[in-house]
Amino acid sequence: MSMDLSVFKNPELTKETLKRLEDLAEGKQYTFMEVCGTHTVSIARYGFRSLLPKNITLLSGPGCPVCVSANKDLDMAIALSKEEDIILTTFGDMMRVPGSSTSLAKEKAKGADVRVCYSPLDAIQIAKDNPEKEVVFAGVGFETTAPIVASAAIEAHEEGLENFSVLSVHKTMPNALEAIVNDKELGLDGLILPGHVSVITGIKPYYFLADTYHIPGVVTGFEPLDILLGIYELVDMVKHDRPAIKNAYTRGVRDEGNIAAQNIISEVFDEVDVEWRGLGMIPKSGLDFSNTYAYLDARKRFSDVKPEPTKEHKGCKCGEILRGHMHPSECPLFDRACTPQNPIGPCMVSSEGSCSAAYRYRDIG
Amino acid sequence: MKKEQTVLLAHGSGGVMMKEIIDDLFYEGYGSDILLQGDDAAKLSLDHIKPGSSLSFSTDSFVVSPISFPGADIGRLAICGTVNDVATAGATPLYLSCGFILEEGLAISELKEVIASMAKAAKEAGVKIVTGDTKVVERGKADKLFINTSGIGIIEPGRNLSGHNIKAGDKVLVSGTLGDHGIAIISCREELSFSTTITSDAAPLNHLIADVLKSCSKVKAFRDPTRGGLASTLNEFADQCGQDIKIYEEKVPVKDEVRAACDMLGYDVYQVANEGKMVCIVDAEEAEAALEAMRANPLGKDAAIIGEVCTPRKADHPLVSVVTPFGSERVLDMLVGEQLPRIC
Repeated sequence: MSMDLSVFKNPELTKETLKRLEDLAEGKQYTFMEVCGTHTVSIARYGFRSLLPKNITLLSGPGCPVCVSANKDLDMAIALSKEEDIILTTFGDMMRVPGSSTSLAKEKAKGADVRVCYSPLDAIQIAKDNPEKEVVFAGVGFETTAPIVASAAIEAHEEGLENFSVLSVHKTMPNALEAIVNDKELGLDGLILPGHVSVITGIKPYYFLADTYHIPGVVTGFEPLDILLGIYELVDMVKHDRPAIKNAYTRGVRDEGNIAAQNIISEVFDEVDVEWRGLGMIPKSGLDFSNTYAYLDARKRFSDVKPEPTKEHKGCKCGEILRGHMHPSECPLFDRACTPQNPIGPCMVSSEGSCSAAYRYRDIG
Repeated sequence: MKKEQTVLLAHGSGGVMMKEIIDDLFYEGYGSDILLQGDDAAKLSLDHIKPGSSLSFSTDSFVVSPISFPGADIGRLAICGTVNDVATAGATPLYLSCGFILEEGLAISELKEVIASMAKAAKEAGVKIVTGDTKVVERGKADKLFINTSGIGIIEPGRNLSGHNIKAGDKVLVSGTLGDHGIAIISCREELSFSTTITSDAAPLNHLIADVLKSCSKVKAFRDPTRGGLASTLNEFADQCGQDIKIYEEKVPVKDEVRAACDMLGYDVYQVANEGKMVCIVDAEEAEAALEAMRANPLGKDAAIIGEVCTPRKADHPLVSVVTPFGSERVLDMLVGEQLPRIC
């Protein structure tokens, strides 16, 4: 917490870098995508889209874990919360996200026992304190949150905790990125790779982007200068036709990642095919419990609990927005029927959603 | 068929949803001219007793968990919160009432600590607690203890502070660093404990307000940026006066540790609560004098001029905006829902 990041916010350095970027990028159109919710927020908050040279387009991709969760998974969490003997625990960002017809926050107000946790280890404690109840943790997130959920599962397993289970909605980034670069309509020139996910995974899982698809990628941090330098590197690689995967966030990310966290993920979880909002079914892009831990799977334990039939939100363009086919401001509902107070789709609810960021940090105009 | 609406936690977070409940239910239901002024304290005319004089009257309830946190506790908040609200009208706060709702099973020693803390804060503020009420509810029907305080103060004849007085050209001041209280609280919630040296800023600001009013005659309004933070305070002012308000990110005082914690949690520091800071809108002519007066008081040593009031760019909808250090300008909205840590 004590690391001094002020240099990465320095306005003079930022303006100087912008100028250099403008010179380097001159004469060609560039389209890049960021795939991390925290990048989405930073880019919106610092007004990057209006600061960057006009020939550089930034798209937001599927970087918000809550947003990419399919309705059927949200509905399952909601259905579990309505069960009399279940305490449903989850991250705060899940509370207001609308499922097919309701949300966890609304069910909580009606009497469902839904509790916000900052870590799944809190859910373990709740399970210990409430032995007469079943405690389900609705785990949503990428490689960033998967290791803590895995450690919670190991703790529950080792302590023989019988009333704890997990609804795993975890997703992994690399195969989603493959789906993105395979989408030729986007015409992507490069990817701003996620900062937090890469702390865990390192940069190797992205090598295929440059090797197979000829698309460069840069892992960056979240300060204004981090992001600009990342974009600068991307332009440089595209311009000189030298696609590679680079790490421009070495103060947070080691090239090999966090091996202990990777090991814990692979001990507890298997890779499975899962549905992403907007992107559909993506092979091996989700995490489900491996055999030893399968009994902790809430879907299996409560197989008699059925979610309501899935209903998509009428007119909501979250799918197109998550694929980068549409900027939030192009959605007909944006800032009209759909605002953070009255959100229609998840991208307007989650603080990391593209629509919420675009709304909260909209330009004056 | 319209679905039954229910109260959500977000209705109490000091942002847009709370404003909705206030506008649609309370204003609609009571609608007295004084309530509809929308200031932090009600101004009650005593013209019929003593021409020109009036009372400032305000109330606040305190339900914070945990009840004790770095730098303050629920008792200190209960005094400071109401004293500050009463003082925003330019009043000298004098008397407070105090109502307790106690949960069965609360340790008397904890209650004693809260009372001692209230007595100390009241002494700092120079106010007396003059009446009270005590109720006890069954275990589980409250969270240790809830406190309500109400306060009254005297407004000097001729003084008229209100968000409605704000005009284009006025300057925006803040009495010190933002976000300290909110980050101190979140840092010690058991689910999210992280070590920080940040302590709550809870303090009675009536003396600071009096200092500013002593040296400035053209103060338009004061408001303390509590729940919902600076973002809510400025949006409330903009709504009251129908003008745009623009602040400059690099001029807003924020401690490095608070900024780092906000980055880590994904919070917007402008939406984080303060309990010992005052926002002051003053005529541009007197902005420097007001700043000097604030800085001369130990509770205002980090005060700064952070922005200005401008003529509205959109006729029907006054905007609050932030100019970033890089020259881009963005809208600063009220908090929607609750402030939640990010997960990506």
